[in-house]
Amino acid sequence: MAGIPHDHYEPKSGFEKWLHTRLPIVGLMYDTLFIPTPKNLNWWWIWGIVLAFCLVLQIVTGIVLAMHYTPHVDMAFASIEHIMRNVNGGALLRYVHMNGASLFFLAVYIHMFRGLFYGSYKAPREVTWIIGMLIYLAMMATGFLGYVLPWGQMSFWGATVITGLFGAIPFIGEPLQTWLLGGPAVGNATLNRFFSLHYLLPFVIAGLVIVHIWAFHTTGNNNPTGVEVRRGSKAEAEKDTLPFWPYFVIKDLFALVLILVVFFAVVGFMPNYFGHPDNYIEANPLSTPAHIVPEWYYLPFYAILRAFTSDVWVVQIASFVTGGIIDAKFFGVLAMFGAIFVMVLAPWLDTSSVRSGRYRPMFRWWFYLLIIDFIVLMWCGAMPAEPPYSTISLIGSAYWFAYFLVILPILGVIEKPLPQPATIEEDFNDHYAHDASPAE
Amino acid sequence: MIRNLTLSALAAFAVTTGGVMAAGAEDGHIENIAFSFDGPFGKYDQAQLQRGLQVYTEVCSACHGLQYVPLRDLTDLGYDDEQVRAYAAQFEVFDSELDDFRPATPTDHFPKSGLANAPDLSMMAKARAGFHGPYGLGINQFFKGIGGPEYITALLTSYTGEEVEQAGAVLYENTVFPGGLISMTPPLSDEIVEYADGHANDAHHLAEDVSAFLMWAAEPKMMARKQVGFVGVLFLGILAVLLYLTNKRIWAPVKNRKEV
Repeated sequence: MAGIPHDHYEPKSGFEKWLHTRLPIVGLMYDTLFIPTPKNLNWWWIWGIVLAFCLVLQIVTGIVLAMHYTPHVDMAFASIEHIMRNVNGGALLRYVHMNGASLFFLAVYIHMFRGLFYGSYKAPREVTWIIGMLIYLAMMATGFLGYVLPWGQMSFWGATVITGLFGAIPFIGEPLQTWLLGGPAVGNATLNRFFSLHYLLPFVIAGLVIVHIWAFHTTGNNNPTGVEVRRGSKAEAEKDTLPFWPYFVIKDLFALVLILVVFFAVVGFMPNYFGHPDNYIEANPLSTPAHIVPEWYYLPFYAILRAFTSDVWVVQIASFVTGGIIDAKFFGVLAMFGAIFVMVLAPWLDTSSVRSGRYRPMFRWWFYLLIIDFIVLMWCGAMPAEPPYSTISLIGSAYWFAYFLVILPILGVIEKPLPQPATIEEDFNDHYAHDASPAE
Repeated sequence: MIRNLTLSALAAFAVTTGGVMAAGAEDGHIENIAFSFDGPFGKYDQAQLQRGLQVYTEVCSACHGLQYVPLRDLTDLGYDDEQVRAYAAQFEVFDSELDDFRPATPTDHFPKSGLANAPDLSMMAKARAGFHGPYGLGINQFFKGIGGPEYITALLTSYTGEEVEQAGAVLYENTVFPGGLISMTPPLSDEIVEYADGHANDAHHLAEDVSAFLMWAAEPKMMARKQVGFVGVLFLGILAVLLYLTNKRIWAPVKNRKEV
């Protein structure tokens, strides 16, 4: 692949040469595995491997679960219990799949915030960032579709609430919602298509993941300094980088296994921690649960969705200007998708010439505040939509948009960055020459 | 996990806003009970499950069903095949091939609820949460569980004795049930069930035993699951140590350190 100069695969034996001229697959694998990687990557860079592992884990466990699951409103709930009680290892498979989704989202959030802090989204890595956001959106969709399949109370009512968001779109909303559901309400047609799509989307994600990796293998990894690898010659590049194998593969595997220790403790000892008790009650269209709460990984955006009620002045202005076309419900939907969309725009909203937050004294505090904001919004999303949570949600939502739309553009102009190391090698040697502490 | 990580940040918030509990917290306070199956190494107590089955059979099954629980799983409780067959035969099930009712066999499930408004109890111990702490984060379920069996015990023993008539139906005051009024008649009283082994049979003990049994009914594979969790944590922990040492050794020359 293009980018950092490094050794390429040389076919040696007759068969290797024969294959290489027809399909350079070994060369592709060689280049991928030995890609020069900045040697100063810290522990925040291990989550990519965790994500790749999660995708494989979810697909493998999911395919086996699908062998025993029945997507029919009269049988779905019972078929889950069949898996839990009668299928060999079924209870474990399902708990791994359930909690695998939580690990997947935990990893993706850390991965995303790592990118936001170290400026990984900035040129020339905008395409990597955008593909990543598409993966994230596809994950949100897959997670939501999957949560409907057990056909418990939260499955049913979650599906009703979320598909209702599409119903809020002016003019085309209601027909669109009916088309999505396959009927006037969540029913058998909905369950069937959700199952079909839940099976399809992970493979779309897998395709996007390949493009994501392709993109950042073309530009090279970002690193904690944000300083680019020197590319003048192979010798120069080798001072800044190490091959992915074995240095980063072993490091990442160590981190992955450590995370899996915690994961197996959760699966083994508290598998329903991230679930909701109501989902062990079969879906009942006639009985609405007291609180409809989405899975934890949607909570920040759910809080943004609910924050914009009709008494908020921006909602009133939007409603007045558009002659009532944008009501509070539709405004909330726009805000929720907008909250994700502003992240997509981050490469162009961030005007700073410095990539890494390490050398941006003002930026880092706004960034830490964004993390706190995200956690507070997550907490508000789990709470009932009433004061004080509604007010806190509104402040939190305002900060989320302000960070991307106001703070990032302004900081680049007014902030005086700290001096950056000239090379990655310099940063690495500074870190290891004096003390023997492990990588940060 | 992210909830665990954010414990401290949330703790500050929760305290300042008056320690509000997570969504879904009910009015009544649920006391923790030290069940034998709590915690990472907890196991079901077979004798207790057998007593609980007896309470279920003699009291609860009059109205409630366990439609997702196969009768053959009762061998988990320490019964042999003959005993399970004898137990199963007391239930009548509809056989679509015979187009008639016949006595149940171990391959059948427990019957469905006999009363329309009596919920099925198969997953009841997982469908109710008694605890959400600390600060609504629910992390204490690592040691105590989600409080489902505790909720059931509390519900069964929290009747005040007051009765209210509403729209022609008699409702019973219960301090644990959401809303405070429940249509289930107080099912347990002291010594309503006589245990063969002479175990204490006051209402509270009966409630605890049947709660333990319902936990088993909801999660029959719990012990196998915990064992897999333990083995997984142990072996992955060893693998993590090996990978740590490998990693350290690989990087040592790069970091200008002496080789380990």
